[in-house]
Amino acid sequence: MNLKSATLQKIDEVIPHYPADQKRSATLPLLHLIQEDVGYIPAEAIEWVAAKLGIQPINVYEVVTFYPMFRQKPIGRRHVKVCRTLSCALMGGYKTCAEFEKQFNTHAGPAEVSPDGEVTVEFVECLASCGTAPVVLIDDELHEKVDCAKAKQLSDQIKAEAKKR
Amino acid sequence: MPAPAQRRIIFQHIDEPGYTNDLACYVKHGGYEILKKSVARPPAEIMDEVKKSGLRGRGGAGFPCGFKWSLVDRKSGKPIYLVVNADESEPGTFKDRYIIHQDPHQLIEGIMITCFANNVKQAYIYIRGEFPHGARILEQAIAEARAAHFCGPNVLGTAYGCEIYVHRGAGAYICGEETGLIESLEGKRPYPRIKPPYFPAVLGLYQCPTIVNNVETLCHVKYIADVGGDAYAKIGTPNNTGTRLLCVSGHVQKPGYYEYEVGKITLGELLYEVCGGPLPGRKFKAVIPGGSSAKILKFGESFTLKNKDGSMRTLTVEDIPMDFDTLAACGTMGGSGGVIVMDDSTDMVAALANINAFYAHESCGQCTPCREGSLWMKKISTRMVHDTARAEDGALLKSVADQIAGRTICAFGEACSWPTQSFIAKFGDEFKAYPEAKKAVKPAGALDLV
Ligand SMILES: Cc1cc2nc3c(=O)[nH]c(=O)nc-3n(C[C@H](O)[C@H](O)[C@H](O)COP(=O)(O)O)c2cc1C
Ligand code: SF4
Ligand code: FES
Repeated sequence: MNLKSATLQKIDEVIPHYPADQKRSATLPLLHLIQEDVGYIPAEAIEWVAAKLGIQPINVYEVVTFYPMFRQKPIGRRHVKVCRTLSCALMGGYKTCAEFEKQFNTHAGPAEVSPDGEVTVEFVECLASCGTAPVVLIDDELHEKVDCAKAKQLSDQIKAEAKKR
Repeated sequence: MPAPAQRRIIFQHIDEPGYTNDLACYVKHGGYEILKKSVARPPAEIMDEVKKSGLRGRGGAGFPCGFKWSLVDRKSGKPIYLVVNADESEPGTFKDRYIIHQDPHQLIEGIMITCFANNVKQAYIYIRGEFPHGARILEQAIAEARAAHFCGPNVLGTAYGCEIYVHRGAGAYICGEETGLIESLEGKRPYPRIKPPYFPAVLGLYQCPTIVNNVETLCHVKYIADVGGDAYAKIGTPNNTGTRLLCVSGHVQKPGYYEYEVGKITLGELLYEVCGGPLPGRKFKAVIPGGSSAKILKFGESFTLKNKDGSMRTLTVEDIPMDFDTLAACGTMGGSGGVIVMDDSTDMVAALANINAFYAHESCGQCTPCREGSLWMKKISTRMVHDTARAEDGALLKSVADQIAGRTICAFGEACSWPTQSFIAKFGDEFKAYPEAKKAVKPAGALDLV
């Protein structure tokens, strides 16, 4: 495993948050840290976490495969999560999602990376901001009341920024 | 009659200009004074205040908080844990988000008072993975509080110490269920545990006695420790004490979050006066009053309920006070406080299909009736919308739902059946007429819900 030294340091900080005989509890925190570093959970990370916590690889694997936020493949540089659930849908969430799909020429369910590898659009369940529906989480930032016009505007920003790179 | 005024206790500083989420601002507004008072009291006294307050859990089940604490096994010799449920995953619910992001120290003070009262030395905040900033804000707030000796070893110079750690989830709704949450915190798949024997109060985290409380509940505890249980019990209505955060979303003019004394505002006042009524040219059709699992209410239906003295009263949907007991008597629940409103533009079959897709996605898969049933309810209702619909599909949906509730390990079984059962009970005609109705051209601007 080739992890950044900052990641390794955080990993060593988080393990003692749990009792010494309950290191397995650190599985989710470690997977989050690795995913933030690498962008996804590679197969070798599963072995690595298991060895680090003194558990079996299957124990880590079953966690990676259950939780929707963990992924075993790389995704686009930007991750657009559009809320699909009722309050957002009642305010046009499906249209918002379709606009992002159109803008990046991709599919949200199951999530695909845009052909240029830049953006992954995903339709996700309630993001707990139903009062400002429809909502979209782009990487770590929440965007509220995202109608089609706002979706286009956000997409343009992402595209402009991609061009600058 | 105008709606009663909000009573902002928990949301006192939410959206207040100039109020920031750092320690200095919190302390400037009197923060941690109640903790200071509390650590000088016998812990049992605080537990007693919470019992007297009548506080009921704000996470969904409305379970009395003081009673929950009294169930904790204190003789086992094992450590007692506090797990804060910050998973906020019930669709329609968005209240804990604002406490976490804007007033994290209020929560931390509530946690510390709860831990001191229950002799807890280790607390975990389980926060949903989709709140990355929330997790960082809490971590920062804990670090600040620890440096000022409001948590960590030797709290405020006493012999008492308690650590708080933040633990992030990863996008699974079932982690909101308390035993699923505990499994997740142990680093496993969040498969809920069977009760008995795995009551958290006895066999919780690491098989130790554990208290699981919602974020909002713990903020109320802080307030109770300040004003006392008797004074708190005077807020709200009998058996439904205190204030409660109500989250309104969907088809209203002014969606948002509001704090009212429990039972002092009716659903009609909330939706018409506080939230400004329906969107222009529309009429209210239905409302889910307590998160997406709560049974739906249909505008126009009425409920005949028994009064304490044996006489009867009739309530329309608009008349229902937003308390735990009346909503339950009307066949639904106050749940998590998430009020989802649908107007006359809503296709009820599609709305149910939307909800069913959520539950099919979120079932943990342990129990056959839930895993298979939630999937079939999704498939049938989605087929009705996107493919062929049959007049008997409503009855079929109901038969699937009826075979789930009561036959599962956790309350998700009920949570996923209640929408179908109540939609069919109240909008059965719409389901029956769907094959014909579908042939009509969709009105311009009609939204897809599934
Ligand atoms: C399927 C399911 C999902 C739940 N989700 C949440 C949640 O997101 N947040 C929460 O506080 N409680 C949730 N609960 C309720 C918890 O199991 C538990 O009752 C609650 O956290 C207890 O805290 P309280 O007594 O302070 O309300 C959920 C329950 C079920 C059955
Ligand atoms: S009822 Fe559903 S969510 Fe709950 S344990 Fe069973 S399968 Fe899992
Ligand atoms: S339904 Fe979209 S945030 Fe809750």
